[in-house]
Amino acid sequence: MKHTHLYNYILGIADNSLILAQRLGELCGHGPTLETDIAGTNISLDLIGQARNYYQYAAKIKGEGKTEDGIAFLRLERDYKNVLLVEQPNEHFGYVMGRQYLFDVFHLLFMNQLLNSTDETLAAIAKKGIKEVSYHKRFSGDWVKRLGDGTQESNQKMQEAIDELWVYTDELFDQTEADKAMISEGIGIDTSKFKEVYYTEVSALLKEATLEVPERKYFIKGGKKGTHSEHMGYILAEMQYMQRTYPNMEW
Amino acid sequence: MSNEQIKNLEEIFEARIARDEKIEPKDWMPEKYRKTHIRQMSQHAHSEIVGMLPEGNWITRAPSLRRKAALLAKVQDEAGHGLYIYSACETLGISRDELYEQLHSGKAKYSSIFNYPTVTWADMGAIGWLVDGAAIINQVPLCNTSFGPYARAMVRVCKEESFHQRQGFEIMLKLCNGTPEQKEMAQDALNRWWWPSLMMLGPTDAESIHTEQSMKWKLKRKSNDELRQQFIDQTVPQADILGLTIPDLDLKFNEKTGSYDFGEIDWDEFWQVVKGHGPSNKKRMKDRVGAWERGAWVRDAAMAYAEKQEDKKELKKVS
Amino acid sequence: MIQDFLVLCLESYSVAVLIQTHIHMSKNWPLWEIFVRSKNGLEHRHFGSLHAADAEMALENARDVYTRRSEGVSIWVVESKNITASNPEHNGELFEPAQDKVYRHPTFYDLPDDVKHM
Repeated sequence: MKHTHLYNYILGIADNSLILAQRLGELCGHGPTLETDIAGTNISLDLIGQARNYYQYAAKIKGEGKTEDGIAFLRLERDYKNVLLVEQPNEHFGYVMGRQYLFDVFHLLFMNQLLNSTDETLAAIAKKGIKEVSYHKRFSGDWVKRLGDGTQESNQKMQEAIDELWVYTDELFDQTEADKAMISEGIGIDTSKFKEVYYTEVSALLKEATLEVPERKYFIKGGKKGTHSEHMGYILAEMQYMQRTYPNMEW
Repeated sequence: MSNEQIKNLEEIFEARIARDEKIEPKDWMPEKYRKTHIRQMSQHAHSEIVGMLPEGNWITRAPSLRRKAALLAKVQDEAGHGLYIYSACETLGISRDELYEQLHSGKAKYSSIFNYPTVTWADMGAIGWLVDGAAIINQVPLCNTSFGPYARAMVRVCKEESFHQRQGFEIMLKLCNGTPEQKEMAQDALNRWWWPSLMMLGPTDAESIHTEQSMKWKLKRKSNDELRQQFIDQTVPQADILGLTIPDLDLKFNEKTGSYDFGEIDWDEFWQVVKGHGPSNKKRMKDRVGAWERGAWVRDAAMAYAEKQEDKKELKKVS
Repeated sequence: MIQDFLVLCLESYSVAVLIQTHIHMSKNWPLWEIFVRSKNGLEHRHFGSLHAADAEMALENARDVYTRRSEGVSIWVVESKNITASNPEHNGELFEPAQDKVYRHPTFYDLPDDVKHM
């Protein structure tokens, strides 16, 4: 039982990185400048690297001949445990940076705690990841400020993105059964402890970016429990295309 | 300046290049040298960034996480290489935005190979193996070209690109050692990319208008036909290792020359693609122009923000 | 000759301005020169250039563009327009006078072979 919880707990973290990386991967070559294409790709590569470490660990725990790619590519939609936030589409660059920033602040707070996990592998992944995620947050935060406090048009667009993405932030702190079990073991992170820190930090930056901080009233969740938005099916259709079309082959 | 004086300067200039001296952006240079370099460097940079698109097409569908990361890193490098070469080009007094405008309006060309669609995963292998292979043959001599900024950019590009071809060949190798279905996918990709790769090395010497001048300025060290022969000679044995068949019935090793004889290239197809009527020309341009236009408000916002921050700094100084 | 060079620059500059204002009425991100220290103990070396709206962005872009393969431990960015360069037309007067000052180099001085450590 412990292993099932640990396995599910790891997937919960890993899927966030994977799906966000997948979204960023769609953008490569289609961004506003060459420089931002290169930066966005770097973030995507960091996230894939983290996801690989998590999946490799999950495969080891699970045994049964599971592999990193088998776990990453061959689950049913209902078995992916990422939050709804990371699967939201790249409507425009404001969404991309807004989604990134709202996730990055959480991600860094989370990693900082994961460092103290009694699970040595998770702590080691966090140790390496913290530096990467610190940079992601700096990068996305700077862009939210630029777009928020840039032109009138960019302010509107950034506000629209924040308003739409805001409803997915609460789910970051939602705790599944696996989360609770792992917290009690000292392996998992009690995210409720830094929920207020998260909202304080995000709100401060939004204000600095001359954006309005949306009300904390209505939230949507489901991804962590496998109930995803309609976007998810298409993400998986693309991501799993090769693995599904050509089963049991090596690439 | 009189014509006599210019002629004199040109002679001194050509002598410097002949002595293997480098030309730097602020040095006097003939107008033709400047224009030729802007043309060649911008074409090169455009090829890098348009080249991101056919491979970028497979990032979200890469069949393993390892492959996904390698492909992302490769496409990212192409953005970087475009950036280095645009920067080198900008030292000649033309801005990246102007160069983009030339690309987007169809005035500037880019490598015709990127106007072919990438339809299977094996195309990622074929592009890395063949297209990057052909590109390396073109690019290595450019590390010694006469224009300093271009030569320096190429040194960096060549160093970074060394993994690109290996990445492609490894994809092919895996497919060829895999199931019959995978091997067929690899053969199909080779069939589609072989001839366009040969065309990529440019028109035959008889039809190439820029070759002689480019040789003098070290923009070129070998003629198109020599490069093509070199590419074929080094690639055929690699295809043998993969167990793939080059789609050319006339391909035969010539004991006398020590090189491979090969069949007729379909130059009509080449010119059709160069003139904008290849399978993916329209799509590539639509993607590039679309990205640029969709990004306009972002670039504007960043400038507006930067200016506001400057103003705030100034205010602080005053008060 | 210098005039010709300037005219050339001005011409291409005004053409550039014309084209740019024609495309859309926005300002383009300025160009920055990037200097990277590969490791402590070495000097910052010019690596290339890139575009960015401000210094902070130039640093971030430089990190992503020029240090993807761990090429650096420190980055300087300078907006290109702030660099003053010597004019190659003056190379004669600037640099040639140094060429015959051979007495600045140790090989200028004759010493007997058996003098060591000098």
